[in-house]
Amino acid sequence: MTSRLAPLPGEWIDRTKPVRFDFEGKGYSGFAGDTVTSALLANGASVLGRSFKYHRPRGVMSMANHDVNALFQAGQRLNLRGDVEPVVHGSAVTAVNTFGGLENDRARLLDKLSAFLPVGFYYKAFHSPRFLAGWWEGVFRRITGLGRVDPGTPRIRTPKRYDFCDVLVVGAGPSGMAAAVAAAEAGASVVLVDENAHIGGSLGYQRGGVPGAPGDLDELRGRIAQLPGISVRTGTTAAGYYADHWIPLVDATRITKMRARAAVVAAGVFEQPAVFRNNDLPGVMLASAAQRLIYRYAVRPMRRALVLTANADGYHAALDLLANGVDVAAIVDLNRSTNANGAAGEIARRNIRVLQGHTVFEAQGKTAVTGAVVCALHDDGSPDPSRAETVACDGVVMSVGYAPAAPLLYQAGAQMRYDEALGQFVPATLPEGVFAAGRVNGVYAQRRADGERAGLEAARYLGYAAGAAGEVGRDGAGVNHPYPVFAHPKAKNFVDFDEDLQLKDLEHAALEGFDNIELLKRYSTIGMGPSQGKHSNMNAIRILARIMGLPPGEVGSTTARPFYHPVPMSHLAGRGFHPRRVTALHARHEEHGAVFMHAGNWLRPEYYAVAGRARAEAVREEATAVRQAAGLIDVGTLGKIEVHGPDAAEFLERVYTGRYANLKTGMTRYALMLDEAGVIVDDGVVARLAEQSFYFTTTTTGSANVYRELTRLNTMWRMRVGIVNVTGHYGAMNLAGPLSRQVLQGITDVDLSPQAYPYLGVREGLLAGVAARIMRVGFVGELGYEIHVAADNAPHVWLAIMEAGRDAGIRPFGVEAQRLLRLEKGHIVIGQDTDGLTNPLEAGMQWALKMDKPFFVGQRSVRILQGRPLQRQLVGFTFAGAAGDSAPGECNLIIRNGGIAGRVTSVAWSPALGKHIGLAMISPDMAATGTRFFVRVADGRMLEAQVAAFPFYDPAGERQKAATVEAAA
Amino acid sequence: MKTMRCPVNGPRPVSEFHCAGEVTPMPDPDTCSDAAWADYVFNRNGAPAVKREWWLHVPSGVWFVAERDTARDRVLRTYMWDGTPQ
Repeated sequence: MTSRLAPLPGEWIDRTKPVRFDFEGKGYSGFAGDTVTSALLANGASVLGRSFKYHRPRGVMSMANHDVNALFQAGQRLNLRGDVEPVVHGSAVTAVNTFGGLENDRARLLDKLSAFLPVGFYYKAFHSPRFLAGWWEGVFRRITGLGRVDPGTPRIRTPKRYDFCDVLVVGAGPSGMAAAVAAAEAGASVVLVDENAHIGGSLGYQRGGVPGAPGDLDELRGRIAQLPGISVRTGTTAAGYYADHWIPLVDATRITKMRARAAVVAAGVFEQPAVFRNNDLPGVMLASAAQRLIYRYAVRPMRRALVLTANADGYHAALDLLANGVDVAAIVDLNRSTNANGAAGEIARRNIRVLQGHTVFEAQGKTAVTGAVVCALHDDGSPDPSRAETVACDGVVMSVGYAPAAPLLYQAGAQMRYDEALGQFVPATLPEGVFAAGRVNGVYAQRRADGERAGLEAARYLGYAAGAAGEVGRDGAGVNHPYPVFAHPKAKNFVDFDEDLQLKDLEHAALEGFDNIELLKRYSTIGMGPSQGKHSNMNAIRILARIMGLPPGEVGSTTARPFYHPVPMSHLAGRGFHPRRVTALHARHEEHGAVFMHAGNWLRPEYYAVAGRARAEAVREEATAVRQAAGLIDVGTLGKIEVHGPDAAEFLERVYTGRYANLKTGMTRYALMLDEAGVIVDDGVVARLAEQSFYFTTTTTGSANVYRELTRLNTMWRMRVGIVNVTGHYGAMNLAGPLSRQVLQGITDVDLSPQAYPYLGVREGLLAGVAARIMRVGFVGELGYEIHVAADNAPHVWLAIMEAGRDAGIRPFGVEAQRLLRLEKGHIVIGQDTDGLTNPLEAGMQWALKMDKPFFVGQRSVRILQGRPLQRQLVGFTFAGAAGDSAPGECNLIIRNGGIAGRVTSVAWSPALGKHIGLAMISPDMAATGTRFFVRVADGRMLEAQVAAFPFYDPAGERQKAATVEAAA
Repeated sequence: MKTMRCPVNGPRPVSEFHCAGEVTPMPDPDTCSDAAWADYVFNRNGAPAVKREWWLHVPSGVWFVAERDTARDRVLRTYMWDGTPQ
């Protein structure tokens, strides 16, 4: 029977703050500082949950944050680990995984059916008979799973914090505290984390019955408090190890991503259970669980204990029990003789019975321990039930050994080896900057000194002047029993409490051929529960080693993966981050009723909505306005780069295919960029502003890549040129249409007359009162001016142009209209009419290649390609039919004789020409003008189209040159 | 996440960097054979080794060279381009 003890020095509960809560519908009381488990036990409860598969009653086993059988639900918060979950006043807590409540769980019937639920049952059930697989699925979905998700739970997103330190010390037990002190005294900035509510670790609860507060704990705590270089974070778990000491620290509220320069892992050990029949009964627990209950929460864990031990720690735990009101019925020692490290005298003085060379064969009781069957061991360590006796007790305390809490070391890339003398895996090699200290390093009695050693090594590694620390030997021999596993004819001797795996389950799995640790894990599911094998992996390795006749070191262990403890989804969920770029004119577009589209991560107006007009009509109206009057489009997403310097012209000649050395100041020229394979990657317009000063544009999606590549090339070439990326600095808009000159002239001081400002010229001056760069370009095929101004001024300039063009009937136009207009002129769009392999010869752009230049990127490849026949060719085509008729679409295939002969790259219905026009890649032998070909459209029909010369509209380009002044339309 | 040392800005998270592939010397495009040119343009050495690579620290625009042991996933050193092609 459990109950509350009188106040103990160092207890974690605050008796001045009582707390009341409900568990399974009954009221309980506790104190602030209690966990749900400790408060329930203080009130005499012992059954805390039902096991996963068999729904057996379960209680406290480890009290170490991995008791998966004490999992609770409080409203919307689920799968709370009772060991460590603080009691909240007024909360209503229930056990998970029950049908009809904890006490009357209907699924406890499964325990009686266990013979029909062998190891690997889930896999076998789905295999045969096949027709039952669907039924089994329904059954499993209903009865498995832990906790209930409330879909109404608010979606919490928690921003991450970032932090930095010299040395991160994981674990604030004696070795961790000593390591932190040593490193901080050497001058390092130290962060000391511990998952528990208070530091101290085993110093706080393994007291060996000595009354009063542990002296060395107080001493270390005092030194830590005095050192400004140590930041202590309790309630914080180091949840994993990522490259370069990048360690997430998880606390109750958030994750902090810590970048340490070195890490000391002093995470300690997991105490391991012994395997005997009914070792899962409430009342059977690890010695450290009983000690934590006593010294942290002042809970007497049982009234009369049987201590099962194989090391001195068990004898000291017996003294802790005796000092706190628990009778010790007997100490059952697996060894013939154990060095009890000074406890033997006190044990003898108290007349405690000690049975050497014995084990607990079976715990007795239905929902709690009422007694234990103790029997002698043969020489080979197996139980001899012929020499057995029953001992009355209400608790069995196990102290048979430990396994290192090494997941962080494994994740850091440490090589671990099995030390036969210690009976534990220890680090063999550690990666740079990672240090292990204390029991995780196989050092037990001297673990404080080992911590100091590790702290000094970490400080020295970082370059701090620190004294050399002496080698501390691994002194854990005799602590870990090599095989605390005892077979029983009636089984129910559990190896894994999360997954309800008995000894015979592992033996059967190995017999079925799953006899390698990785296969055994996955077939039996050992170590796959929420505690991830903390209390079961070591015994599984021992059991498999014995089955296979191998030393445990050769069996190996499975991969430890983050996270070390379960982490709530709300800690991981961050803000969805989808960056969108908008141009300086975005508000103007919204005012005009723009319907936006995504171009890369930019938002651009696709078209401007007009009341009563469908999308296609609105687009055609915009295009018509450009052809007949004037239109204005935002082209601010274009990449914009400046190059300055004595080598600027030569630099451009090397990176583009064209000639720029002879480009006159005040003129522009088309620019085509290839990669080294001769493939088209970008295009734009180069403007010469001065002898050593050029300004050029790139495509929207290419701007970042072009700038990157140019800077990389110049890193190699080291030419006398400066490259400036001004993409975001300038806004840009294109005013196009026969009336654009008269619209613009009124608001600029630049002389726009055709003699003063010819086609392809560039001018700088004032427009609507702000400095502007204006280029005459021909993309949409009308008289037009591309206006570049500082982005902040763009909205003002846009408004001024719209105002100036009001009488002329100016309209804003969007990307769709622009694509139609340029298609009428046969201008390609990189990435639409070209793909990742298109070279300029296929695209009909030989005119842009100045092969007589000494060098340009892609030149040699083009020369090679010129010597070969073309594989495909870009052609124009037309397709008869009215605007609304079905027509070939983009990427529809051209089919000839059942095979692919090409594809459509762009297509639109042209209002100016009254038919569908497009561009297509086609087999060169079909490229002659007039050739008829078939396109397979989306619904599978074949439509016939005809190769046509392009440009389709104004082939001579007279309208964009506009050499004479146009009269108003 | 790994850190990488930008020669100008010091150690930064690797997400701030962009790798542009191995530093490969360009053969003379005027005199080399077609086969040698194609090998330069298209072929990459995939075997794990210590490789010299172009890396960019994106926020600051610094292009530099990293020597990286791709078998052990370790960056051995990083330095500004010093003009040596090999």
